[in-house]
Amino acid sequence: MTGIIPDGRLADLTREELVRYSRHLLLPEVGVEGQKRLKASRVLIVGTGGLGAPLALYLAAAGVGTLGLVDCDLVEASNLQRQVIFGTRDLDRPKTAAAADRLKALNPGITVNTYNMRLTSRNALAVIGDYDVVADGTDNYPSRYLVGDACVFLKKPDVYASIFQFEGQATVFDAERGPCYRCLYPSPPPPGLVPSCGEGGVMGVLPGILGTIQAAEVIKLIVGGGRPLIGRLHIVDAWLMRTVDVKLDKNPDCPVCGKSPTITELVDYEQFCGLGDDRGEEVPSVTAGELKSRLDAGDRVQVIDIREPHERSLFRFGGAVPVPFGQLVRRMDEFDPSADLVFICKIGQRSLYAIRALREAGYGGPMFNLKDGVNAWAREVDPDLDAY
Amino acid sequence: MPANLLVPTALRGFTDRKAEISLEGATVGALLESLVSLYPDIRPHLFDERGALRGFINVFVGEENVRGTGGLDTPVADGASVMVVPAIAGGAFGR
Repeated sequence: MTGIIPDGRLADLTREELVRYSRHLLLPEVGVEGQKRLKASRVLIVGTGGLGAPLALYLAAAGVGTLGLVDCDLVEASNLQRQVIFGTRDLDRPKTAAAADRLKALNPGITVNTYNMRLTSRNALAVIGDYDVVADGTDNYPSRYLVGDACVFLKKPDVYASIFQFEGQATVFDAERGPCYRCLYPSPPPPGLVPSCGEGGVMGVLPGILGTIQAAEVIKLIVGGGRPLIGRLHIVDAWLMRTVDVKLDKNPDCPVCGKSPTITELVDYEQFCGLGDDRGEEVPSVTAGELKSRLDAGDRVQVIDIREPHERSLFRFGGAVPVPFGQLVRRMDEFDPSADLVFICKIGQRSLYAIRALREAGYGGPMFNLKDGVNAWAREVDPDLDAY
Repeated sequence: MPANLLVPTALRGFTDRKAEISLEGATVGALLESLVSLYPDIRPHLFDERGALRGFINVFVGEENVRGTGGLDTPVADGASVMVVPAIAGGAFGR
């Protein structure tokens, strides 16, 4: 298979480049021609976080001529456990600027374009249109569908990876040659169903493993040859250190890349992912201050702590009944339907879903959500406790 | 002989953190029903209100996605490996 960079764009390598990239030039599969293709290539990395960090570092080192970095966040202390492109001195800097500095120090011969913004339906086609390959390292479903659809419309390969706790998935969505993101996942999970890394945690090295797999796929697409991850989903469980490949087929009825597509332009992805719905209003909530007053007044309130055992040990909520999120329906007989149940979690998201799940399972007693979770309790009621 | 269900990290909170569960079931649907009867909290994560597999859940028997092999009616051979693969996105949800 030939690479995706047309011959007309290739330029000679300089003497310095012949030295710097000699270990690539020694590979018959890459050689001078492959390195010229890398030099001529333009790769857009969407999300400069856990996946974007190793992607950007290895692609810069490999001599990808132009790297685009998209991110609207600032570097936070909790990023440094895995986002190895940043250092402690980068705290509070825009991620794109801090990453660009690091990449230029690593390889002054490449061009780094920074987009300190969110990719949206309005700007995505213009930004992506300037690049040959997109590597998706975003952290939310609306961006996944946006990047996936935009790549189908622009006929660009979407080199994909996603991670959660100890597990990652990687593939190459290329609708010209195989399935797209929507062929695999026709619809997103409703908000709150799947906990985020901010709630569920992530092993720091996991995005390192998946991000370097993405970098390898990008390089293969550019150089041409090898066996790209098109039509295959590579699943890595780093805790069991088990990898599994499964086959992905193109969905002939896919609304975006199928035989008769019904979606032919970018849509509102927040709405598609249900983030526009204000379903939160259905569930009554109490603030940390209100809960404190009710407990102090001796009201008939039962606090249900739905966090996992290791989270509870980070922050003990005295008097709460511990029932982890994943056991609520199984154990709903333990609740007192005549008491007001107040569900608590870290930030008040999972508890919202807990209440909905119990309602759907037929629990009839009054239920309330602790707004903003135990972290709000730590801020507003008990400053001796630390938010986590 | 039962089949071996591989549980993804994102759903292990519903299976007492078990990563592999040995289950009986001649079809994918029957196998998942035996999972749900053991762990009822997992049901809304796998099935919609009409009992269809949700759009963000894929089930593979061996290497094959059951969407292409008969869905929940896909037969499960003794000792087969059945894997549930959900959409994951990482990061901060809902931003």
